[in-house]
Amino acid sequence: MQSFSYEKAQSVEQATGTTGKFIAGGTTLVDLMKLGVETPTQLVDVTALPLAQVETLPNGGLRIGAMVRNSDLAHHPAVGKDYAVLSEALLSGASPQLRNMATTGGNLLQRTRCPYFRDPSYSNCNKRNPGSGCAAIGGHNRMMAILGTSDACIATHPSDMCVALTALEATIQVEGPKGKRSIAIADFYKLPGTTPNVENALEPGELITYVDLPAPRKASKQVYLKLRDRASYEFALASAAVVAEVSGGHVRAVQIALGGVGTRPWRAHEAEAALTGKPATAAHFRAAAEDALKGAKPSSENGFKVELAKRCIVRAMTMASA
Amino acid sequence: MAEKPTLREDQQLLDLEPLGQIGSEASASGGQLTRRTFLSGLGAAGLVASAGPLSAAAAPMGQAEGAAGAHTVLTVNGEQHDLGMLDTRVTLLDALRERLYLTGTKKGCDHGQCGACTVHVDGRRVNSCLTLAVMVSGKEITTIEGLGVPGRLHPMQAAFVEHDGYQCGYCTSGQIMSAVALLKEPVGPSDHDVKEGMAGNICRCGAYPNIVAAFQQVRNHSTMNG
Ligand SMILES: Cc1cc2nc3c(=O)[nH]c(=O)nc-3n(C[C@H](O)[C@H](O)[C@H](O)COP(=O)(O)OP(=O)(O)OC[C@H]3O[C@@H](n4cnc5c(N)ncnc54)[C@H](O)[C@@H]3O)c2cc1C
Ligand code: SF4
Ligand code: FES
Ligand code: FES
Repeated sequence: MQSFSYEKAQSVEQATGTTGKFIAGGTTLVDLMKLGVETPTQLVDVTALPLAQVETLPNGGLRIGAMVRNSDLAHHPAVGKDYAVLSEALLSGASPQLRNMATTGGNLLQRTRCPYFRDPSYSNCNKRNPGSGCAAIGGHNRMMAILGTSDACIATHPSDMCVALTALEATIQVEGPKGKRSIAIADFYKLPGTTPNVENALEPGELITYVDLPAPRKASKQVYLKLRDRASYEFALASAAVVAEVSGGHVRAVQIALGGVGTRPWRAHEAEAALTGKPATAAHFRAAAEDALKGAKPSSENGFKVELAKRCIVRAMTMASA
Repeated sequence: MAEKPTLREDQQLLDLEPLGQIGSEASASGGQLTRRTFLSGLGAAGLVASAGPLSAAAAPMGQAEGAAGAHTVLTVNGEQHDLGMLDTRVTLLDALRERLYLTGTKKGCDHGQCGACTVHVDGRRVNSCLTLAVMVSGKEITTIEGLGVPGRLHPMQAAFVEHDGYQCGYCTSGQIMSAVALLKEPVGPSDHDVKEGMAGNICRCGAYPNIVAAFQQVRNHSTMNG
């Protein structure tokens, strides 16, 4: 592991005033530093910053501090009551120990689990080594993405939490050397395109301070459904976060996001459009799922994810309208 | 604090291996995706088939030449240990095992995938392999050695013995630290709930049913008494 200096930031200004790499729970960063994928020379510990609260906003929404641990957020009464999809997504991720460590800010910035990205003995990884090629295309790609891929990178965004935040239309608050700004989660994650090394909209030195959720929709049913190789402690092959208003047998409004299949947390706008105002029936769910996966581009080993993701949508919608 | 053991010559060699070797372990495979590094990319599923319990990487003692250090004081099982200027790269797991000789905490995967290294920091269970020692300076750390001692076992330790909650024992300290923490966490009453609550601890011997039985006994017993 590369040697690094260490300091603990006591204020947001102190943190954003450095050129160091932030460390929070360390469950992504320390792992990747041991593998030689991340090689920071200066670490700035942000865990002491006063950003560990969950508070209600004047507009009825919820403000989540970037240092709130995943386990605390999942079990927070306001989240359990009004944002069940977030609680379920968090509790489906990683392990209880890791959730005790992992933070809201760190989870947003967790890196892909692509095995070639994680192994520097492979020089050909455009994400780690821009312009070097992609070992996963034509390599082992069973876990890779089928939506939002490019000729440069097919890596899956691995987070569960961010899929729920995408369905909930969260806003990410950041603070940096040039001041504060808000970024809608829809604009936060970049598609890989020709620059898979650029993963999000953050500028150098910018710190995530809060994640804001809009006021809860009345009478919304929320579901997070995660499908994986094992019953627990495993990343998603496909997952769906659904926030739906269903009444009189009809879908009045719905937001759907997919995990495990996209190069970023994937908002399924086509499926939403196909469902809004329609009867809540299996046939309509299936038609919407077909629309959601129209643009899917599977690789040699992950064709099964297309059908799996469709069934995931159908089942999550069935649960949300039961 | 445990006595510093006398080391054989080969053990001393292992001890002196610099932490810098960890990064080059992958490169040593010469462009080939080794079974071990490949599986470590797959998340927990790769664990059972991947590295055995022994890790090739040893912690540096103190501060390697030219490496950055930070003053680190660890409070472990109620006792303060001033580790001086500790190499910032040292994980809590390596500090416990290689500096304080508290070897009850085990290294399985060293990547957050198995739970063998589970300890409590300020009463919460965490993976000590992904925790930098310098980041928990000043916090209360509890290891299996602080839970109970032979003759005066913690009820969870006694229940593991009674129910045969292990076979080889390698995962056991992590399982017990996890189970003790779970007693205070929100967890449903069923065996299924307990399994989910214990999902962060892998047992390659498959002692799971007995571990669940041990947990349920301790929990039901303490409910009856309290
Ligand atoms: C074995 C294993 C299994 C896992 N399984 C799952 C799973 O099933 N589902 C899932 O969703 N996740 C899973 N994870 C990933 C886990 O959720 C993430 O590692 C965790 O959420 C990262 O949070 P952290 O606070 O530990 O981040 P850190 O490791 O501290 O940081 C991650 C990145 O974010 C940056 N950063 C941290 N905080 C901020 C901030 N406030 N502002 C700006 N930058 C910041 C850091 O510089 C770093 O680049 C798993 C991880 C492991 C090791
Ligand atoms: S899929 Fe992306 S992360 Fe994986 S090897 Fe290709 S470029 Fe690298
Ligand atoms: S040693 Fe496996 S999780 Fe820490
Ligand atoms: S790994 Fe052998 S007892 Fe669990």
